[in-house]
Amino acid sequence: MFDFHPQLKQRFAALRTGAEFFSLRYVRESGQHLSVRKNVAEPPSLNRDEGAMLTVRVNGVEAYAATNDLSQAGLQAALERAEQHARRLNPHALLDLREQAVSSDRADYFSPHFDQAFPPLSDCYQLLGDESASVPTDERLVNWQASIGLTQVEQIYLNSAGAELRQAQRFIYPALDVTAFDGHDSQTRTLGRENFGQQGGFDVISRCGLIGAGPRIADQALQLLMAPNTPQGPRDLLLMPDQMMLQIHESIGHPLELDRILGDERNYAGTSFVKTSDFGHLQYGSSLLNVTFDPDIPEELASYSHDDDGTAASKQFLIREGLLLRPLGGALSQFRAGLDGVANSRACGWNRPPIDRMANLNIEPGDQALEQLIQGIEHGVLMRTNRSWSIDDARNKFQFGCEWGQLIENGELKGVVKNPNYRGISAQFWKSLRAVGDASTSQVLGTPNCGKGEPNQVIRVGHASPACVFSHVDVFGGDA
Amino acid sequence: MSTVNNEAGAFKALVDWLRDALRETEQFTLGYAAESSAFVRFNHGKVRQAGQVQQANVSFKLINDGRHADLQITLSGDTETDQQRLAEGLQQLRETLPLLPADPYLLLNHNHWHSDNVQAHPLPETEQAVAEITRAADGLDLVGFYAAGPISRGFASSSGAFGWHQANSFNFDFSLFHENGQAVKASYAGHEWSSEGFVRRFEQAREQLEFLGRPLRTLPPGEYRAYLAPAALEEIMGMLSWGGFSARAIASKQSPLQKFYAHEASLSPNVWLTEQVSGSLSPAFSDEGYPRDDLTLIAKGTANARLVNSRSAAEYGLGANGASSYEYPTALDMQGGQLEQKYILEQLGTGLYISNLWYLNYSDQPAARLTGMTRFATFWVENGQIQAPVSTMRFDDSVYSLLGSQLEALTRERELLLSASTYSQRATASMLLPGALVKRLTLTL
Repeated sequence: MFDFHPQLKQRFAALRTGAEFFSLRYVRESGQHLSVRKNVAEPPSLNRDEGAMLTVRVNGVEAYAATNDLSQAGLQAALERAEQHARRLNPHALLDLREQAVSSDRADYFSPHFDQAFPPLSDCYQLLGDESASVPTDERLVNWQASIGLTQVEQIYLNSAGAELRQAQRFIYPALDVTAFDGHDSQTRTLGRENFGQQGGFDVISRCGLIGAGPRIADQALQLLMAPNTPQGPRDLLLMPDQMMLQIHESIGHPLELDRILGDERNYAGTSFVKTSDFGHLQYGSSLLNVTFDPDIPEELASYSHDDDGTAASKQFLIREGLLLRPLGGALSQFRAGLDGVANSRACGWNRPPIDRMANLNIEPGDQALEQLIQGIEHGVLMRTNRSWSIDDARNKFQFGCEWGQLIENGELKGVVKNPNYRGISAQFWKSLRAVGDASTSQVLGTPNCGKGEPNQVIRVGHASPACVFSHVDVFGGDA
Repeated sequence: MSTVNNEAGAFKALVDWLRDALRETEQFTLGYAAESSAFVRFNHGKVRQAGQVQQANVSFKLINDGRHADLQITLSGDTETDQQRLAEGLQQLRETLPLLPADPYLLLNHNHWHSDNVQAHPLPETEQAVAEITRAADGLDLVGFYAAGPISRGFASSSGAFGWHQANSFNFDFSLFHENGQAVKASYAGHEWSSEGFVRRFEQAREQLEFLGRPLRTLPPGEYRAYLAPAALEEIMGMLSWGGFSARAIASKQSPLQKFYAHEASLSPNVWLTEQVSGSLSPAFSDEGYPRDDLTLIAKGTANARLVNSRSAAEYGLGANGASSYEYPTALDMQGGQLEQKYILEQLGTGLYISNLWYLNYSDQPAARLTGMTRFATFWVENGQIQAPVSTMRFDDSVYSLLGSQLEALTRERELLLSASTYSQRATASMLLPGALVKRLTLTL
């Protein structure tokens, strides 16, 4: 672990530049994706990646150069390219960062159980093969697949102010999906995949519930195939954590990213319906809504000690009792906007620069058990497991779809319905939050697939949430 | 960054080393991807973030005794270091293969084909491009992204196949914002930067911006006549590309076009769609090492070929046709129709002129029912005249309606849309598309 650290420090110390500040972020990543589809092991996909990004500040203008050449000469050449960029583009620069403070922190961070080896590849294939084989024989079951993704990342950040930050993390993504087809319609039921990722080791597989899940997931796919479409019209909506994570992500996370609010993303990921003047004033949701940036839940995907600019991370309320308090903005965005933010300046790898990203964005639990949430609904629908998401560029008008729906009538769960969709407007939707589940309903979830930025970056984000009830939501089904 | 010749030479040297290192029963394929990219972000007409990225990697597949595994390795650019990394990778794969069962769907291409395509138009210095952009943007609220530099792709196999593709390219993808928050989107992309060409493209966008200053029109949900410009149609085709034409997705009932390929649904007879690899910007060989065929995917509104990679070919008894491992098209070419561009507004009459769509996803995938948003310049048109920009609206409609029963016309002129995607690496994908006039588009929110 960190075996390149002594060499890297030596090379960093030997770098020469006329810049007033410079930093080096080294990332080494390795991974494997293993899958068994319809009882056939697919070839493993493995990767090894390493490189470094050099960032300089010259006369208040920052620029970067990323390189795959980690030799002394390679790092020096990258530093010089970055410096040349900063000097040449100075007349056209938007920002003057001469007064922006830089980190001088020193710390190490490790994922839980990082020192414990992950089971060998043959054991993983055995597990996946067993799950695949446990899917019952039924001619309507046309496709199924069990998989485990694993990514291990070591990062070392050094800068000319003396910062030295090392992080070693392991991310696990278990998954199982089954597709059923009746000659006309098809329905897929999923466990994990893009909804469930955590830091840790084999414990993540256990928490996900992958082991022994085959028959249940297959049965649910068949139930969906035989189910009627979700009825159209306004209903109360009970969202389970594996849909809440998407709801939080799209209609709280993205609109609160400060770089979007400052306009950086208007050409690609979009803008926000939130303005800088809204912080401290805007009633974002009902008084039951409490949203935190929380880097301290060890197994959550984006827990860390420092972000990729070297800022120390700590838990912060972004929304308390429905009132908007703080944006998702890292040190640079805070400097630009004059607002307090969080440590969320993050890059997806050595070849992309840090920008404002979601990290762990969570809803704090309330006080009702799942039974109480259901009992409180007269005419509603429960939805779980996101499968479709679409929202406008200001993150306001949304439409989301789930895999699994279940009607609720007079406080009781009723029949399964397929193609459950709902639509709404972020600025109004959170005000309809009527009940929040307690800790027993809460799950720590996360996805590796949040896209944003120019150049494009896809990054890991964590979302922990209880089940939540929203009043009078426009729900509907599909055509088939 | 190394020059074209020594980069190809370095790749060949790795291939030679690997060939010598193999044991008698072992086989390999080796893909190569590298780029040296200048990246410049703009906000408010100024440079927000700028940098340069140099990267290279190989995708190494080792095959032995019916077993195989893939390993992607980042290269350093130094011959000795990279041979060492490849040697370590070879060792890792040799230790991995005995842990695997034989793969019944392994299908190797034993042809020793050769392909070589090098395009080395000089690109402008980044500083020059930035100066031209900021000069054009003077007084305007421009947001955008300039990406430029050489891209290389290579492939080699133990059977003697060898492919090399290298091209210099740039893509300036930008938006101009009116002070009321409305915006127009445009791009200037290709192999050869022309100052005059850039100014012309910029002026077209600036002209559209003037319409955006009119008072915003808010529409109620309902059904509307609509014109989808090529960039809007690109979003629909992009969505269908995820599994739509994939042999595996079709066979496993996960394709949005499964009813289409089952001949239970059809599109307008005016729809012809080809994966037109020849003459496109993407490599003539797949990441699996198959030469890529030109394929007619849709002929006269009915399903024709599908994209078949080697694994699907083996599993479903089909012929491999050079599809990528994801069976995703990268050079779609839709045939134009009869509607001349100058008559678009007149034939639209009263309805929506939609320049771009955004964030599409499925409401009901087996039914090919899509939802998404209007974004950037969308106008309300009455009697062939642009009246006002339209506030952001959500649509929810079936592809079988939009490109089927409700498709009134396709434009004669088509637009070449070069992908601005830079996830992991700069894309080489493109689409050549007409605009589409539809009799009914359903807006829901």
